[in-house]
Amino acid sequence: MAQAIRMALHYAEEHLGVTDIFGEDVGPPLGGVFTVTQGLSTAWNTPLDERGIVGMAMGLAFAGQRPVAEIQFCDYAFNTMDLLKLAGQMCWMCNGDWNLPMVLKTPVGAGIRGSIYHSHSFDAVATHLPGWRVVMPSTPLDAYGLMISACQEANPVMFLEPKALLRVRGDEPIPGEPADPRALSKMIDAPLGDRSGWRPQWPALSAYAVPIGKGKVVRPGGQLTVVSYGRMLPLCAKAADDVAAEGVDAEVIDLRTLAPYDWDLVKASIEKTGRALFVNEDTEVTNFGEHLVRRAVDELFYRLLAPPRLLAGKAVPGVGLADNLERASVPQPPEIAAAMRELAALAP
Amino acid sequence: MAQLVRIRDELPLPRDLLVRLHDLMVQARALEERLISMYKSGHGYFWIGGPGEEAFSVPLGLLMKKGQGPAYDFLHAHYRQSGTILALGEDPVGALRQMKNTASDPYSGGRNFGGHYSIRRLNVVPVTSTIEVQYLMAPGTALAQKRHGGDAITIVTGGDAGTAEGDFASCLLWTTRPGQELPVLIVVTNNQWGISTPAATVHATRNLSDRGKAFGMRTKTIDGNDPIASYQELAEAMAYVRKERRPFLLEAKVSRLYGHSSASGANLVAEEQDCLRGYEAKLERYGVLDREQMDAVRVRHAEALAQAARAVIEEPQPSPDSIWDHVFAPKDGG
Ligand SMILES: Cc1ncc(C[n+]2csc(CCOP(=O)(O)OP(=O)(O)O)c2C)c(N)n1
Repeated sequence: MAQAIRMALHYAEEHLGVTDIFGEDVGPPLGGVFTVTQGLSTAWNTPLDERGIVGMAMGLAFAGQRPVAEIQFCDYAFNTMDLLKLAGQMCWMCNGDWNLPMVLKTPVGAGIRGSIYHSHSFDAVATHLPGWRVVMPSTPLDAYGLMISACQEANPVMFLEPKALLRVRGDEPIPGEPADPRALSKMIDAPLGDRSGWRPQWPALSAYAVPIGKGKVVRPGGQLTVVSYGRMLPLCAKAADDVAAEGVDAEVIDLRTLAPYDWDLVKASIEKTGRALFVNEDTEVTNFGEHLVRRAVDELFYRLLAPPRLLAGKAVPGVGLADNLERASVPQPPEIAAAMRELAALAP
Repeated sequence: MAQLVRIRDELPLPRDLLVRLHDLMVQARALEERLISMYKSGHGYFWIGGPGEEAFSVPLGLLMKKGQGPAYDFLHAHYRQSGTILALGEDPVGALRQMKNTASDPYSGGRNFGGHYSIRRLNVVPVTSTIEVQYLMAPGTALAQKRHGGDAITIVTGGDAGTAEGDFASCLLWTTRPGQELPVLIVVTNNQWGISTPAATVHATRNLSDRGKAFGMRTKTIDGNDPIASYQELAEAMAYVRKERRPFLLEAKVSRLYGHSSASGANLVAEEQDCLRGYEAKLERYGVLDREQMDAVRVRHAEALAQAARAVIEEPQPSPDSIWDHVFAPKDGG
C-alpha cells in the first residue's frame, strides 16, 4: 500500500497540480518513516512542528498551491486540533469566500505493536470535524484511487493510512504496475545506503480514481451486514469467510470514505439483512460506529431483526505494547467472528 | 508666518498622503465608534476592534500591494485591523453588516463576530478568533509568493500577549529556514495587555521584537501611535521584505482606546494615548489641515456611517437553512 500511495502522489504531482508533499522526514533521503514519499519530486522535510505543518498547508492552499501534508503519526496530530477544526471551517466561516484544497495524510491505528503513541486511531476525531472529507483505504488499489481523488478535491481531505496495511500487497494491481513485485521494488524503492544519485523509474500510471463518498460491497451476503474500513476490513472479510462454513452469510461493506459516508449503500444492505455489525478499532465511547448504530436505529428500526452492534477498541487511555495488551485493546479476528455468529443467531 | 512656511516646505510625507492618512484614520475611528454604538444599542452581540491602532493599521493598508493571488500581498490579520481594511479601499458598510450579522454581511454571511474580515479578491484571508494561528499560515502564502517570483509579500498581524503561543515561535522558525527564508512582514501590535493581563507580568524580553534576533532576522520596535513614523518604518520594512525575500519582525507600540472588547465595556480609556489627537495637532502645526477642516472630516464620516447603520439594521438576517451553505466548496473551488 505504501508503494500505491507513493505512485498516486507521483501521478498527482505530475498531472494533478500537487505542488508540495511535506512533513517530518517526508523528503529525501528517508522519504517518510513508512517510505510512502520516496522519490517524489516535490517532497520536502519540514521542521519538527505539527502545527507549523498544518498551517503551512493552509497557507499554501490559500495561495493557490496544492499541498499534501503529512503528520508522521496521527498520535501527534492532537496538538493541531484547533487548526484542523479551522481548516474544516474555513469555507463555511467566510460564507464560501475561500476554500482550502489540501490533503492531510497520517498513519493510524494499531497492529504493528506501536505502543501507546503509535497506535491511536483518528476516525472519531476526524469525523467530528465538519468540512473535511475523510477517507481510509483498506487495499492498495483503493489507496491509490482515493489519493487520486483527494488530490482533485476543492476541500480539505484527511487521508488516514492504516499503518499495519502499508506493507500489504493487494490482490488487484494498480493500473500500470508491473506484475512482478520485485520489478516494481527495483523501480521505485530507494536503495539502502547512499541515495544521493538515485532516481525512481516510475511505471506508466493513470488517473484511476475511487470517488470520495462511495463504499464498496467486498463480500455479498444475505443474513448480516458488516460495515468496516481500514485495518479492520480485511479481518472482517476473513471472519465472514470463516463463519460462512458454519452457515452464517455475512455481507461485508468497506466504507472507504468516512465523511461523507455512503449511507445509501449501508442502508440498502441493512434493509436486506436486518442485522448490522459495525467494526473499527477506535475507542468505543463516542465512536464513529456509534453514530452509524444510532442512524440504523433511527431510520431502520422496523426493518431490524436484531439490535445493531458495535465492535470497537476498548475505552482505555492507550494501546499497550505487550502482545496481550494490544490484543485485549482492539478487535481481534475471533471476536469479530463471534460477533457475526451471535448477531446472525438473533431473531425477534 | 515665516516659521510655518519653513515647516510646510519640510513636510515629512507628501501633503496629499498626510491628508489621506488623516481621512482614513478618522474613517476607521468613526467606524469603530459606530460599531460600539451599534453593540450598545442592541444591534450586535459582541464588539472587538482596533480603535487606537489607526496610526499603524492605516499606513499598513496603504502600503500593501492590492490584488488577488500570489502576485499580490497577502494579509493574515487579527481582529483589530479595520484601519488596514479601509485603507485597502473596502466599503465600511460591510463591517456594519457583520456587526448586525445580516445575510448581506460580505465577510461571513452573519456567521462571525465583527472585525473578522475575509476578502478573497484582496488576499485578505479569513480572520479567526483563535489567537496566533495566522502566524502558522503566513509562511504558506509567502512560500507560494516566493515561488511565484516578483515582489509580493505576506503580512501577518497579532497582539503582544499572543506571542506567548508557540505559533509565534513557529513563524520565526519557518520564515528563516536556512536557504528557504520567506518574505513575511511579521507584525506585533503591542498594546501592553492581553485582556486583563499586563504584558510586563508575562514577557521578560525587553522588546518583543528582540525575539527575532535569535533567528537572524531584521527587527524593530516603533511608535505605532505616530502615523508618519509608522508609514516610514513600514515602507522601509516592506521594501526590505519585498527585495530580500526575507522576514522582518516589526513591533508597533499602540493604544487600546476602548479596552479589550465589549466584554470589558467598550468604554473610552482616558489614560491611553490617542493617536488621532496627536496627529491632528501635528497637521495643524504643519498647516496641512486646520481644525475646522478636520472637524468636517469627522462629521462627514460619522454621518455617513450613522446613515449606513440605520439602513443596515433593517436588513434581513440569514435564513435558518443557510447553515447548510458552504460546508464544502464546489469542485472548481467556487
Ligand atoms: C487561542 C486562544 N486563546 C484564548 C483566546 C481568548 N482571547 C481573546 S483575545 C485574548 C487576548 C489577546 O491579547 P493580545 O494577543 O495582546 O492581543 P490584543 O487583543 O491585546 O490586541 C484572549 C486571551 C483566544 N481567542 N484564542
